[in-house]
Amino acid sequence: MARHFVRSEVLAARPAPRRPFDPIGWLSTNLFSSPLNIAATVLSVALIAKLLPPALDWAIFDAVWVGSSREACVGPGVGACWAFVWAKIGQFIHGHYPVGERWRVDLFFVLFAAGLIPMAIPRVPFKRLNAVYLILALPLVSLLLLYGGVFGLRVVPTSQWGGLLVTIIVAAVGIATSIPLGILLALGRRSKMPVIRMLSIAFIEFWRGIPLITVLFMSSVMLPLFLPPGVDFDKLLRALIGIALYASAYMAEAVRGGLQSLPRGQYEAAGSLGLGYWPTMRKVILPQALRVSIPGIVNTAIALLKDTSLVIVIGLFDLLGIIQSNFADSNWASPATPATGYIFAALVYWVMAFAVSRYSLFLERRLDVGRRH
Amino acid sequence: MSQTLAREQGAMPPPMSDVAIEMRGVNKWFGDYHALRDIDLTVKRGERIVICGPSGSGKSTLIRTINGLEPHEQGRIVVDGIELTSELKKIDEVRRDVGMVFQHFNLFPHLTILENCTLAPVHVRGVPQKQAEETAMHFLRRVRIPEQANKYPGQLSGGQQQRVAIARALTMNPRIMLFDEPTSALDPEMVKEVLDVMVSLAQEGMTMLVVTHVMGFARQVADRVIFMDAGQIVEMADPGTFFTDPKHERTRLFLSQILE
Repeated sequence: MARHFVRSEVLAARPAPRRPFDPIGWLSTNLFSSPLNIAATVLSVALIAKLLPPALDWAIFDAVWVGSSREACVGPGVGACWAFVWAKIGQFIHGHYPVGERWRVDLFFVLFAAGLIPMAIPRVPFKRLNAVYLILALPLVSLLLLYGGVFGLRVVPTSQWGGLLVTIIVAAVGIATSIPLGILLALGRRSKMPVIRMLSIAFIEFWRGIPLITVLFMSSVMLPLFLPPGVDFDKLLRALIGIALYASAYMAEAVRGGLQSLPRGQYEAAGSLGLGYWPTMRKVILPQALRVSIPGIVNTAIALLKDTSLVIVIGLFDLLGIIQSNFADSNWASPATPATGYIFAALVYWVMAFAVSRYSLFLERRLDVGRRH
Repeated sequence: MSQTLAREQGAMPPPMSDVAIEMRGVNKWFGDYHALRDIDLTVKRGERIVICGPSGSGKSTLIRTINGLEPHEQGRIVVDGIELTSELKKIDEVRRDVGMVFQHFNLFPHLTILENCTLAPVHVRGVPQKQAEETAMHFLRRVRIPEQANKYPGQLSGGQQQRVAIARALTMNPRIMLFDEPTSALDPEMVKEVLDVMVSLAQEGMTMLVVTHVMGFARQVADRVIFMDAGQIVEMADPGTFFTDPKHERTRLFLSQILE
């Protein structure tokens, strides 16, 4: 017969046992646990040992940090020519914007950061006001500031804009317009109204089906053919519209994934409470769907940020374009110059993309609040 | 067919004010599958009806046609004097009068308990936020979880979540409540706390249609028990008759399976 057990006292919870740190034990379990693991460890260490020192030599130890012309960067065993980047940094940032007017570009960067940084930090209050500033005030003020023609500012045509300025403008406008447009397209694609659904699908599939470079060529070469003679609008604006529409198709697909991941019960619960279509979307569906869509949206945003470098094909000088155009400067032509310029461009893009990526991780974790436990 | 059912179908519809729900010759198909077949049902105001039957018998579909979550294809459904048509305005009107509680709670996970309960009053009825919060707290006290108001659904137990779902539906002051297997997804320990809330609701005279397999609940509060199979109402009777003297073969078989 089974013995009858009755607990007489409740056990209190005890802390988990703490193991002392054991480096050899850690190595043997993590780096040398199996033949495959040992091979992977040895191979990785060998690869790093082979590649890292020459890379460091080139970028740091043999690099030329100061100098006023190509002379500094010519010679045997010379690494990166950072002096070139340093000498040209103003142009990399401002493009061919008149030197005397560069403060306007710098002021734009300050205004942009002043809107973006507080918006990105959840603790900072006045988010609604901040959004109004970013979406309405900033674009208008920036346009007046950068283009000029008012308040005694001389006109600087967009053909003279360039460098980081153009990269930031194209990326920011592209991302800021393609997200709302993408949300509407994603909702349209799932609409019960056939006309809206078909139009959304046609739009999305059209833009997803053509390469961005084609979009840019079309916007700069073909669009004028369809416009009545005499009507001409800005090349930068045309590129902006093309990129925004192109990116919105990808945003729409990212958002659609999020919409599809929601259980039907959410729609039914909202419906059973009498909520109509728009309140249901705004208050119940989109807040959840967008959270799920963040990785896809950020992926598209980062791709767009880097794809802005393609505007070079229609004669706009963005960051990469302006760097590349400086390779032709006879004062700085050296074997090390192009490599240095490209590496510098890559570094700038990487820093921006990595920042966006880390911020999205932070955002995901923060918005996870409803799903915890 | 049982006498009760025959009487029900033959009876003259009672005067309008007395009738909460009227279904006449309702049919519905899912593709080729005939999910609801000639449903005739009149629910009087204040009546508590329990619907049971094997899975796939159409009991959930039946109550989901009453607030238009599932559109019906033939027949008439009149809820609170409003006929349900494909017109969206009518459906929204009906939904404002009819609360629904789901098997899987369907709380909004990104909103706090309080926000779950104020969303519809604020955005459907235009109630001021502060007043909506007071109403929400009133109903959260009624389901005995006011202290959870600022938590998120994911932090609550199943039983607590279902009670919030009931409170959420009540904040819209519905005249009819539909329950779609409200305790089927709960741990056994939590069934009672949800049933208690439902019983007290019944005692206050709420018109209720409850799909459930909890026969104790049916015995305790139901005015009528409906047994469904293959999309049809097979038997309908007061609980005393239904449990002690079921007439239809299929009902007896079902009861013998679940009442062990």
